[in-house]
Amino acid sequence: MSAIANSLPQPPQSWILPDRGKVAMAGLIIAESAIFTIFVVAYLFYVGKSLAGPTPREVLETPIFYTICLLSSSLTIHLAAKFLERGITFAFLGFWLLTVALGGLFLFGTAHEWHRLIYEHGLTISTNLFGTTYYSLVGLHAFHVTAGLAMLLIVAIFALGGRVDAKQSRRIDVLSMYWHFVDAVWIVVFTVVYVLGR
Amino acid sequence: MASNAITIPASRVEGQPWVDRLHQWITTVDHKRLGILYILSSLMFLTVGGVEALIIRVQLIHSHASFVSPEVFNRMFTMHGTTMIFFVAMPILFGFGNYLVPLMIGARDMAFPRLNAFSFWISFFGGLLLYFSLVGANGLYGAGNAPDVGWWAYAPLTARAFSPGHSSDYWTVALLVSGFGSIATSINLIATILCMRCPGMELKRMPLLAWLYLVMSGIVLIALTPLSAAQLMLIVDRYLGGHFFDAQAGGSAVLWMHFFWIFGHPEVYILIIPSFAFMSEIVPVFSRKPIFGYPVMVAATIAIGFLSMSVWAHHMFTVGMNSTANSFFTITSMAIGVPTGIKIFNWLGTMWGGKIQLKVPMLFCIGFLFQFLIAGLTGIMLAASPFDWQLSLSYFVVAHFHYVIVGGILFAVFAAFYYWYPKMTGRMLSERLGQWHFWLFLIGFHLTFDLMHIPGVLGMPRRIYTYEPGRGWDTLNLQITVGAFIQGLAIVIFIANLIISYFKGDQAGNDPWDAWTLEWSISSPPPAYNFASIPIVASRRPLWDLKHPEDPDSHYE
Repeated sequence: MSAIANSLPQPPQSWILPDRGKVAMAGLIIAESAIFTIFVVAYLFYVGKSLAGPTPREVLETPIFYTICLLSSSLTIHLAAKFLERGITFAFLGFWLLTVALGGLFLFGTAHEWHRLIYEHGLTISTNLFGTTYYSLVGLHAFHVTAGLAMLLIVAIFALGGRVDAKQSRRIDVLSMYWHFVDAVWIVVFTVVYVLGR
Repeated sequence: MASNAITIPASRVEGQPWVDRLHQWITTVDHKRLGILYILSSLMFLTVGGVEALIIRVQLIHSHASFVSPEVFNRMFTMHGTTMIFFVAMPILFGFGNYLVPLMIGARDMAFPRLNAFSFWISFFGGLLLYFSLVGANGLYGAGNAPDVGWWAYAPLTARAFSPGHSSDYWTVALLVSGFGSIATSINLIATILCMRCPGMELKRMPLLAWLYLVMSGIVLIALTPLSAAQLMLIVDRYLGGHFFDAQAGGSAVLWMHFFWIFGHPEVYILIIPSFAFMSEIVPVFSRKPIFGYPVMVAATIAIGFLSMSVWAHHMFTVGMNSTANSFFTITSMAIGVPTGIKIFNWLGTMWGGKIQLKVPMLFCIGFLFQFLIAGLTGIMLAASPFDWQLSLSYFVVAHFHYVIVGGILFAVFAAFYYWYPKMTGRMLSERLGQWHFWLFLIGFHLTFDLMHIPGVLGMPRRIYTYEPGRGWDTLNLQITVGAFIQGLAIVIFIANLIISYFKGDQAGNDPWDAWTLEWSISSPPPAYNFASIPIVASRRPLWDLKHPEDPDSHYE
């Protein structure tokens, strides 16, 4: 055995492999993108094909304010992660909570819009093709925001308890990748639903 | 540099009560045990799906047979297809991947062991859910129990009006949850392969099996998710009154076809690429030569991965697409024959001039080569849209894809069983029973699926319940059924071999085949931690380097 052991090759000078958390999150993002692509294709395929009203032009209002909320939360989570990396936990916590608030505000916006569509315009998921595709696509996105918020909140609870420091920076980066993805998807959904779809 | 010198005794489990051992298996996060669990669950479903195939064949044994009712017949072909693809082929390939990938790249486990356990159990329970439909799906209206919409589940067959009760829901949810398991496993495999390699194991030195599983996992991420999305839409339609696939409200049945086949065709490559992986590991060892054209092999695999995304609508030539679409999908489907052909030539090039050892794993590999070639040729025929208009939905198509899945994938899986069983259990599979298994299965396979092309050309449609006498189909169908039973017998011998050899097989030792990849450097079965100390590699064949220190591969690569 020792002869074999002696003939073992020398280890390479440096051996650095990618972070598995980031690779896995990238994989999840690719998979999720494919799911969203299918829903977007269905939405675009059925634009203008509803046999009965209401139509998007009649009832949709562009949610500019809530969109700004969600998109700016990408900036705040990025800043939070950077501050954590440098070990400034106080600034991290501040920007993290701001991210949670902006995400929550966006979800409130979606809820508000749905309430208006359902109670003022009588548009539900079974009303027509527009209702089916709209609630599915926007709902799928809102579900992802909700999941993201749940994870952000868990981190926030730990952070308030003083358990999150620079050592967790790698994990926070993984979570912020997901949040950036959710924001990027909203740009696509926004374009499809509120710009192209009308 | 103490690599294999340290031996820590493996934890003794034999002495423990069976409840404890069972508990350890159920709660395990060890990639090797999970791999074996995947394989065992697949074998269970293989038996069930095989019995369903035999029921189909007995019903078709002669004209005007009434072995089962038409309703049961519909359920049988639906369950047979769904079971074999989602709960046999996928899990068995993931099982081997789970078992082998960390061992081959010199890692102690997968990147996410607990996620790995989650993936297995959710896939397995997905399969159980599908079969629970037999008791649970009746619902109201005295509706049918098992799913009966075909494995494509084309709209509007799955609409509430045409599929009352819950059978289609069981089908949908079973595939959805097992799909989540497959996606999670793929993410896990990708993270493992990219992030857990032992020092020196650069991408260009990885065993081809790891490369091919990497590509396969990438395809799963992009191609399996459309099915999950389509299943979600179907659930919206069935439960929330949505209209995605409801033509009454402007929805489109063709959209479902597109979504299904955007998944459905890459799925074939998801299944065949791991089979290529087995071929690429086994053929060199039994030809006593390194693999021919390693970089080309990787490139061809990646090319297949990309091309596989652009061929789906060749399943839909008869739907009535425009001629541009028909031409596009004809060309892409034929183009995929090029990288596949490169692979076949690479295996031939590996065998060429080698000292070929005709052990059972190699026999199955050679069978694979011939049969996969023929399957590819009928595939090229069907890729030509005018030809497809003639033979789509006929038994010619059934013969073609069984040639791929049985003649290709299953043969490669059998080769993998005979090759890696010694590593998994520490005992060799019986060579004599293996020969019986191979030859009987080969005869049965060719009797069934060679002949099946002919009734297809004569006009026999697939999924037909029975047929009129005097069309020239009777004798052929009788022979096909006989072939199916010969295959069944071969499978019985195979299962018997697995069981008998587990108790009575010859001791395998660490490296029964004199092979070159890292899994053969450790004991059989490997200890829970795989490698006492993480190996360091300098070439594609680390064990060759160890065995031949005077002439290591690393001098040439």
